[in-house]
Amino acid sequence: MSIDTTSDNNPVERRQRPLEGFHWGDFMRNARQVGSAVLTFMVIGWLIWRGAAAMEYNWQWYRVHPFFYRIVDGEFIWGPLYWGLLETLKLAIVSGILAILIGFITAFARMSNSRGGGLIATWYLEAIRNTPLLVQLFLFYFVLAPIFGIDRFWSGVLCLAFFEGSFAAEIIRGGIQGVDRGQFEASDSVGLTVKNKYRYIIVPQAMPLILPPLTGLLISLIKHSAIVSVIAVSELTTTGLNLISDTFMAFEIWFIIAGIYLVLTISLSMAVGQLEKKMNVARKSNNT
Amino acid sequence: MNPAMNESSHTPPLVEISGLCKWFGEFSALYDINLQVNSGERVVVCGPSGSGKSTMIRCINQLEEHQAGTIKVDGREVMPGMKQIEEVRRDVGMVFQSFNLFPHLTVVENLTIGPIRNKLVSKTEATERAMHYLERVHIAEQADKYPPQLSGGQQQRVAIARSLCLQPKIMLFDEPTSALDPEMIAGVLDVMIELAEGGMTMICVTHEMGFARRVADRIVFMDFGEIVEVAEPETFFNSPRTERAKLFLSQLLGH
Repeated sequence: MSIDTTSDNNPVERRQRPLEGFHWGDFMRNARQVGSAVLTFMVIGWLIWRGAAAMEYNWQWYRVHPFFYRIVDGEFIWGPLYWGLLETLKLAIVSGILAILIGFITAFARMSNSRGGGLIATWYLEAIRNTPLLVQLFLFYFVLAPIFGIDRFWSGVLCLAFFEGSFAAEIIRGGIQGVDRGQFEASDSVGLTVKNKYRYIIVPQAMPLILPPLTGLLISLIKHSAIVSVIAVSELTTTGLNLISDTFMAFEIWFIIAGIYLVLTISLSMAVGQLEKKMNVARKSNNT
Repeated sequence: MNPAMNESSHTPPLVEISGLCKWFGEFSALYDINLQVNSGERVVVCGPSGSGKSTMIRCINQLEEHQAGTIKVDGREVMPGMKQIEEVRRDVGMVFQSFNLFPHLTVVENLTIGPIRNKLVSKTEATERAMHYLERVHIAEQADKYPPQLSGGQQQRVAIARSLCLQPKIMLFDEPTSALDPEMIAGVLDVMIELAEGGMTMICVTHEMGFARRVADRIVFMDFGEIVEVAEPETFFNSPRTERAKLFLSQLLGH
């Protein structure tokens, strides 16, 4: 390795280095690691298959597809899993939006100078975060729902929204407090009102800090939405339970239900990953 | 002979600080500060670090709240927790040591957001005004870039223009050149000198003694949260009255 000074004396060009090509050692190291991961999954799969065989479990995967859709006399009919999935999506979207709203309101209440607002927000956070979700759901459904006359779907939505909202509040508060203090002072010094300061200066800069943990929260909201099956909201998990009691195909159906949740959550996190990438590209192009 | 001086003799001072005290917990940051700044006057505040210089000027637009004494800006008293503090702040431009530009907005948006969102002018007028002030700080060609794309000196000049866009009655500078690379300082000081010569009322916290000598009408020397000495630059630099000022100047100019 000697420094090349013969060809060109342009200092800018000398700072460039050609990219190295294919590296055999790196490739083998990656291949070994991927290979051992695949092997692990194969062993687990084989154990399950062998265990089921020992139980003389009768796998009936061929009976599964009508749970998604059927074609009767050339007519296309959606199956129960589709309707369950739709209900789960409805539940997750409505309670997700509500959770983010509750999160913002609570975060601002906690950060405000108002004693009352701060106390209410703190009590709400402590109460929700220190009681089990299942107990909250029963409280909503058996106590608050009859009092306020709300149905089981909205009991589920509100319970999930208030539960996840308490975590969203802390994420949002953390994001806003992560914005440089100088930005608050500069907004003040140009005479912006409190509302405009947050709307145009602080929250836009807090978003890149808020978005990644908020995605995690929305994913856990999709997963937690399964719990409303205990009050028989006809979402994915309830549908699965009903199908099993009809067909006794517990193994197949639980694998399918888990797979659907997995597809939902992974596609959500990939979509947000793309969004973040776009935001980072936009920010990086600012820096060049 | 100076018309501004004649005027100031019968108009009330633009900034009037009397008996100002501030504590951070048990620590006394400012003690019994009395200072009057007339319209058109340029005051340079200097002193060792931790002497309360920045805290004093930050009290003027209430970025820091004071606990005792009164501050009047253009005849209006500013108090902690007051409702119309935004109106006072629009009259008081402020330039920070770390620029504090809004990184997610372009240069021109940085300049227009105050006037537009405070509903002072229309969007087109705000943009015209922004371009005018960008030209004054010699940086109009950077209008559509984002702050992180600019050098420190350019960012600080944008920050000065941002404050000027609100057409303030007074400008506060909080160590505007302390965070800059040496080769960037001159450009910022030139803009400040032009501003001073244009008749802007200014209070500058700075360690740039050449600048102080050139533009200041008065030097305010602070130490341990108190104003120790107020003098014209000539007197202050050549024959400071107090021991503390002598010590400070010898440390500053000693090498």
